Amino acid sequence: MINTKDILETINMIQDENLDIRTVTMGISLLDCASSDIKVSCNRIYDKICRKAEKLVVTAEQIEKEYGIPIINKRISVTPISMICASSGGNPVEYAKTLDNAAKAVGVNFLGGYSALVQKGFAAGDEELIRSIPEALSITERVCSSVNIGSTKAGINMDAVALMGKIIRECAERTKDNGLWGPAKLVVFCNAPDDNPFMAGAFHGAGEPDCVINVGVSGPGVVRSALSKIPDANITEVADMVKKTAFKITRMGQLVATQAAERLGIPFGIVDLSLAPTPAVGDSVAHILEEMGLEQCGACGTTACLALLNDAVKKGGVMASSHVGGLSGAFIPVSEDAGMIDAARSGALKIEKLEAMTAVCSVGLDMIAVPGDTSAEIISGIIADEAAIGMVNSKTTAVRIIPAIGVKDGEEIEFGGLFGSCPIMKVNTYSPEKFINRGGRIPAPLQSLKN
Amino acid sequence: MRAVITVVGKDMVGILAKVSALCSECNVNVIEVSQSILQDMFCMIMLVDMSKINTEFASFSDRLTAEGDRMNLVIHVMHEDVFNTMHHI
Repeated sequence: MINTKDILETINMIQDENLDIRTVTMGISLLDCASSDIKVSCNRIYDKICRKAEKLVVTAEQIEKEYGIPIINKRISVTPISMICASSGGNPVEYAKTLDNAAKAVGVNFLGGYSALVQKGFAAGDEELIRSIPEALSITERVCSSVNIGSTKAGINMDAVALMGKIIRECAERTKDNGLWGPAKLVVFCNAPDDNPFMAGAFHGAGEPDCVINVGVSGPGVVRSALSKIPDANITEVADMVKKTAFKITRMGQLVATQAAERLGIPFGIVDLSLAPTPAVGDSVAHILEEMGLEQCGACGTTACLALLNDAVKKGGVMASSHVGGLSGAFIPVSEDAGMIDAARSGALKIEKLEAMTAVCSVGLDMIAVPGDTSAEIISGIIADEAAIGMVNSKTTAVRIIPAIGVKDGEEIEFGGLFGSCPIMKVNTYSPEKFINRGGRIPAPLQSLKN
Repeated sequence: MRAVITVVGKDMVGILAKVSALCSECNVNVIEVSQSILQDMFCMIMLVDMSKINTEFASFSDRLTAEGDRMNLVIHVMHEDVFNTMHHI
């Protein structure tokens, strides 16, 4: 029989330490839905999503019950809509409405892929789609959008960076009376992965199969709790403990992923080896760093702790899963992490420190609120800095930033649920306007002479 | 399919009887039982065979959970594979 200690450990992880499967995301290719008539495209898209994902939610709920592990989100990612828009023309917002209706019909809480990949320049459909993002996100509920503006191989498209600063502000303007949801559903990427299961940045890349199941795991609470049992261990032992715990968490993800794929008759894609926090107490990445010995997240030493954590999570997870991909690493979204929220409130964590942290962990400046009067050029400057970190280090970086338009001094943005609440962080107000408005491209970096 | 039933809570008369009666009602065969009492806490782990279950897995699990709530116990039913994959390579 299975060891009693192991059984109780697993149950404790789920019941007391918030172990869960963060998302089962079905990737669906829409390339075969493209038509020269936008109405035909929309109908085909709606039909295909409803056909492929008909049983996604039911199947995930069945697995949840049988294996006793919560699956928090069931989601869908689709081919970047700019590619479909390229052949149909017309108003891209029609696609957003179609996707929103399809998401509601199959019962998923978010659908990602209202996206464009413009790292080297704008192709047909790209610019129209990007300009339509504020309207699309303000009139739909479940559609998420992302734009890839740079990559290690292509460099950074500064025209797109300048445009995205304006788009983010417009998203906030349009949803200022509606909880500022617009910018919370929009991610600007450098080196965006094709198989990311996490929102808001999920899309189904062009090299992916027709339909695929990707799974994102979670479990910062489990890691923190494991570390709390070895308070006086040295850092080698800490790294080892993180690795072992990540292995166990990821095995659970692998099991759910293969089961979901088998039951739905769809190939299994990847497990994303992630530590994804929620605002719930005991589910925070910042608290892991604090458990390692920092007074508060943001203190000197934070970047080193995060680098260790991120690396150990990957090392532990890689052996637990047959295919690994997506964003893989620790997430540090400010509003979605109780420890991060506290650190931002107390002033221990500043935006510059966060930027440094993004150089050693998954993703980037995520769910950060900046003052409502922050100009589009400053937002573009933040995007350019973040993209440069990703481009030079051959990693994914992203910016999901919320200009707190209409929010008074000293107040916070309340999203509620998994999105949490967002303290407003101070931004350097010296202007990068001339740099941003030059346009052009930052050339791709040299990949040798690495010193 | 085999599953693991865990029961944790305050010790009292009839826990094992209640849980195994429910198993028998649903045609679930008990393969192995281990139980221990630490101070006042009762902890029982049952390995069961569900291949001939006469109801849905979900309804069996719901009935056990409800029975647990009534008796002030926490009862989980989980597929055996969860523990095998997590703790064995």
